[in-house]
Amino acid sequence: MADQLSQTARHAATQKDDKAYWAANVRIILISLVIWALVSFGFGILLRPMLSGIAVGGTDLGFWFAQQGSIIVFLALIFFYAWRMNKLDKEFGVDEE
Amino acid sequence: MDQFTINLLFVGASFALYIGIAIWARAGSTSEFYAAGRGVHPVTNGMATAADWMSAASFISMAGLIAFTGYDNSTFLMGWTGGYVLLALLLAPYLRKFGKYTVSEFIGDRFYSPTARLVAVICLIIASVTYVIGQMTGVGVAFGRFLEVSSTTGLLIGAVIVFAYAVFGGMKGVTYTQVAQYVVLITAYTIPAVFISLQLTGNPIPGLGLFGDHQATGEPLLATLDALLRDLGFNEYTTHNGDTFNMVLFTLSLMIGTAGLPHVIMRFFTVPKVSDARWSAGWALVFIALLYLTAPAVGAMARLNITDMFWPNGAQSEPVSLEQIENDPRYDWMATWQKTGLLGWEDKNGDGKIAYFNDKNPDAVAKAEAAGWGSANELTNFNNDILVLANPEIANLPSWVIGLVAAGGLAAALSTAAGLLLAISSAVSHDLLKGQLTPNMSEKTELLSARIAMAVSIAVATWLGLNPPGFAAQTVALAFGLAAATIFPALMMGIFTKVNSKGAVAGMLTGLVVTLVYIFLHKGWFFVPDTNSFTDADPLLGSIKSTSFGAVGAALNFTVAFIVSKMTAPIPREIEELVESVRIPRGAGTAVDH
Repeated sequence: MADQLSQTARHAATQKDDKAYWAANVRIILISLVIWALVSFGFGILLRPMLSGIAVGGTDLGFWFAQQGSIIVFLALIFFYAWRMNKLDKEFGVDEE
Repeated sequence: MDQFTINLLFVGASFALYIGIAIWARAGSTSEFYAAGRGVHPVTNGMATAADWMSAASFISMAGLIAFTGYDNSTFLMGWTGGYVLLALLLAPYLRKFGKYTVSEFIGDRFYSPTARLVAVICLIIASVTYVIGQMTGVGVAFGRFLEVSSTTGLLIGAVIVFAYAVFGGMKGVTYTQVAQYVVLITAYTIPAVFISLQLTGNPIPGLGLFGDHQATGEPLLATLDALLRDLGFNEYTTHNGDTFNMVLFTLSLMIGTAGLPHVIMRFFTVPKVSDARWSAGWALVFIALLYLTAPAVGAMARLNITDMFWPNGAQSEPVSLEQIENDPRYDWMATWQKTGLLGWEDKNGDGKIAYFNDKNPDAVAKAEAAGWGSANELTNFNNDILVLANPEIANLPSWVIGLVAAGGLAAALSTAAGLLLAISSAVSHDLLKGQLTPNMSEKTELLSARIAMAVSIAVATWLGLNPPGFAAQTVALAFGLAAATIFPALMMGIFTKVNSKGAVAGMLTGLVVTLVYIFLHKGWFFVPDTNSFTDADPLLGSIKSTSFGAVGAALNFTVAFIVSKMTAPIPREIEELVESVRIPRGAGTAVDH
């Protein structure tokens, strides 16, 4: 009986942990996606007129973001996410051993 | 040794390599055929994904589209790389945890419905076949040039080779072959770009040279190009001329389409662990970025070189003479490309000169008339798809570079066509036949039907590829729109929400039908020419071109799915548990077949 109780308690604790893990994951995803949209749709397209004052090699910073910068930031984002999530997996003990 | 023999040597040697690897790693079991036994390292997997991903559209077509449009076509660069962020953050690790072989298996199980699986299979097949049509266009251009025949003949020869090549092995053969193909294609793409960047800017890294100074003028390269194009009445290279709303939608369609294409997603089923799936997407993008950071430099530098060819002494001086085109060896590439039917020029006013300018711009026409060059642009045809392949010849690079580029272009087209054919054949044999119609099929029959499905799809794609709905990259963009409107929303809702089966089916069907109809209205029904009611120059809805509609289709998919799901019964308990287990990496065993 006592054993059963502790098992239920453990089960509830795991479920709570899983919820917190997922919430943390979703938060990291949201932050990453804001940066993702900012460098491409933002700097590369919609905000380009605002960046037109910053000259880069015969054109402006917006052009650089559209053809080079956004891609470099995308790369950084994916590696950041993989590193951060693998750390999070360990913090919550949900990594694959 | 003449150029034709050198091309033949390079193409022949690279093919021998791929076929050798395919035989060496031939698939024995169904599991190996689809997922290479899940023993592929993330870096290897990333490289193979990059080869799979970078098709004729990326290699042959994209830089040409950027060259002739300029800044506005940065959409391809951002769209086809930004999708990997979505893939890495929103799909890859969860689909790996789920641990089945195909995308439609996930949709079928998560939405606990054979109907959902069937609808997903249909969406996958339609998007993939459209994609293969674009590849076949590129194959036609590449084989046409390399064998010095018309692009139609090139297409037919290419189709036979793609077929022979794809039926050889399954994913295992394809994975290692694609690593070899990646090496060939990236070398072929970057070597001429480095040469040209050195010639024009003195900087060996093309992505830096693009923003460097033009050695001949001492001015920034892009400023030189802008001034030259302005003189000839064209739009400046770096300015934004098109519609901003359409540009945003198009980029978004390419991004979410990337994350919805079966042949790319399938790659993430083949890594050993969930954490590897996250790294794999990053490695794939590293290898893809090597080409994508180079492509805009290739485009701008080629545009400058081509324009200089036709105005050897600058746009203020005389156009190139017919005599020079015929006799100067630097212009030999024009005669070879003329044979493919993709390049054409005509001395319309009989002055012995070929004047290249924008004859839709009244100021440029007035200037040309005053100078006696006539009122029409005499470079009558310059197919955007030939730019990358013709680039080394235009820049007067050594013959071996030209041979290498021919081999690289074919590698790009072949690797993607093979990956797509694999996705189509697994959809038909594994999901449609074994999953739905004849569950008791033996492994042998399954492999056979997979190969028959490949043959049928390549025949359809070749037939439609003879009259493609656009340049290779544009046709491919349509396939992305379809994937964006159907598969991506279903996968994302399957992981991040508790949308039920009726919602998912209604959403996918809405996305598919609306997007397909919108495309057919603009590109012709089933891509048959002259059956379209609208054109992309004057689209049905505002400024939304058919290539950009995928994002709208995706939004409709999400909306319909949420509404229908709210109005019908919630998902059962065991599916709720499935969703929860997919979200947690722990316990991702080796994947199972059912």
